[in-house]
Amino acid sequence: MTASVSIRNATKTYGPFKALDDVSLDIDAGEFIVLLGPSGCGKTTLLSILGGFTTPTAGSVSIGGRDMTGVAPARRPTTTMFQDYALFPHMRLVDNVGFGLRMRGLPKNERDDKAMGFLNLVGLKSAARKKPHELSGGQRQRVALARALAVDPDVLLLDEPLGALDLKLRRQMQDELKAIQQRVGTTFVHVTHDQEEAMAIADRIVVMNQGKVEDFGAPAEIHMRPKSLFSAGFMGEINFLQGRVREAANDGARVETPVGTVVLPAANFTIRKPVPGDDVTLCIRPEHFCDAASHSAVRLGEAHITASAFFGTHFRCHLAPMAANQLSLVAHMPQASAVRPGERIPLALDPSGVTALAVA
Amino acid sequence: MAFEQQARTSSLLLRQGKMKRVLGSCLSWLYLACIYGFIFLPVAVLVLFSFQDGRLPVPPFNGVSLQWYEAVFADRKLMAALANSFLVATTSSIVACALGFLAAYALARYRLPGSAWQRGLLIAPMTVSYLIIALGLLAVLNTLGIPLSLWTVGIGHVVINLPLCFAIIYASMGDHHINIERAARDLGASDFKVMTLVTAPMLMPSIMAAFFLSVTFSWDEFIIAFLLSRFDVTLPVEIWSMLRSGLNPKTNAIGSLVFLISVAVLLVLELALFGRSRKS
Repeated sequence: MTASVSIRNATKTYGPFKALDDVSLDIDAGEFIVLLGPSGCGKTTLLSILGGFTTPTAGSVSIGGRDMTGVAPARRPTTTMFQDYALFPHMRLVDNVGFGLRMRGLPKNERDDKAMGFLNLVGLKSAARKKPHELSGGQRQRVALARALAVDPDVLLLDEPLGALDLKLRRQMQDELKAIQQRVGTTFVHVTHDQEEAMAIADRIVVMNQGKVEDFGAPAEIHMRPKSLFSAGFMGEINFLQGRVREAANDGARVETPVGTVVLPAANFTIRKPVPGDDVTLCIRPEHFCDAASHSAVRLGEAHITASAFFGTHFRCHLAPMAANQLSLVAHMPQASAVRPGERIPLALDPSGVTALAVA
Repeated sequence: MAFEQQARTSSLLLRQGKMKRVLGSCLSWLYLACIYGFIFLPVAVLVLFSFQDGRLPVPPFNGVSLQWYEAVFADRKLMAALANSFLVATTSSIVACALGFLAAYALARYRLPGSAWQRGLLIAPMTVSYLIIALGLLAVLNTLGIPLSLWTVGIGHVVINLPLCFAIIYASMGDHHINIERAARDLGASDFKVMTLVTAPMLMPSIMAAFFLSVTFSWDEFIIAFLLSRFDVTLPVEIWSMLRSGLNPKTNAIGSLVFLISVAVLLVLELALFGRSRKS
């Protein structure tokens, strides 16, 4: 089963500290949502409010159109998958997975059948008679997932479930989570601080900081057209370049920056339409510096390479533009470019990749 | 020349160091032997003279005989006292464990007013002597008009074992269990089910440790059992009344049996519980 989730003005304060500050979100049924942010941003508090473990100071949550205020965790159509798995150490896997069904009064043979089905879904059918301590971290993870799904929740809440796994296993589990989510169709709300993980699994990402939602959208949208400086910075390496709008038309604007003038399409202004005289911050990802010879490039004079390192897929270079050599820009140069520190190269920019935001 | 002398002194020093080490280890072994001798010699003597072929459990040892064990098993009063002791020990330990578990659960899982004080209050009876506890209970029971019986002995043993059970079980209730209980609640378990199906089984090793320890304490306890019982008495009280009629290898025999049972309980505890919990 699956259901939509609607959060209205949720606020949670602990004394003077606002863990969650007036958050409103609408999540569609069957979506894979990732709450992304640094530790202390309120993402776990929000998850805990959805699960019913924390009562919001103000605001409300409804799941499938039903108001959840005052509904205990056990009575909600949600289950939570905890970061430390929280498996029952004294029970066999089949009993762990069948626990929720047992609480719903299913007879033993029926719930064992169902539990075996879910263990099969996560590839652990043959280990059904083992106890949790006989399993590896990744396997425990799968059991926790099976146990949470066995009671057929409308919404599955995942609290940094992959945090304790090593990188390789984490990538593998991300793919499995995504595949299982698509198979069962349940709405997943997943908390993480790893932006790569968020990009790998999410239908839509909620970027949070200091209790507020900074950005909400599909991974590509958030990466390419961030709606806040925080979101832009959190989704990967980025250069911020201060500028001022000189001219604005319906389809674009001319922005003057210390390194030169850039013409940007109007769609690149994500917060508000450009108005002449506005101070803006241009967000430029390192990969959006391009070959000066390409026809769409905006040429910005030349730059010194002050440092460079080979990253496999590209060279990561620090550049000091000739026009403003107090600035330091990070750019990715092609694998084959063989750049060396001290060289002078033409600096050029692909304007479609640039986002203009209001100055912080 | 000087070099040779230096070599000689250094080898002398080496030999001295070695002797010192040997002496040191000899002394520590001797020390260890003394400690164990001091602790176990009385018990060994007790057990040895329970096999005495003669009327007095004092040296010289006249030869091996099982007559006193025969006498013990033929003594109806002793056997009744043995059964009473067993009953009181198990029942009072079950009650002490149940109460200790509930108190530990409440104090570990809920925010209670003055929880530090409540913890202290629960453990406090450990510091009071059994004599004082027995006298206090005696006064209370008299005031309430409750006649002395095995029940009142059991109540006394719950009083002395509850702090122990509480302390052992409380210490094993870690924060890492909180999420497991949360998960159970999230999956639809009521508070009672969380406690009986999740918390108690998870803590079973420490609950059993508390149970067996309190069984051995209750089994050996004399003062409370003596002051709070009347017609039916427990084994230590029966032994004491036997002692009043003078030394007799029969007391050695029953003493040895008591010791044997205590050791057996501790062995079961060690093998069945601590052995298993070490693995998982």
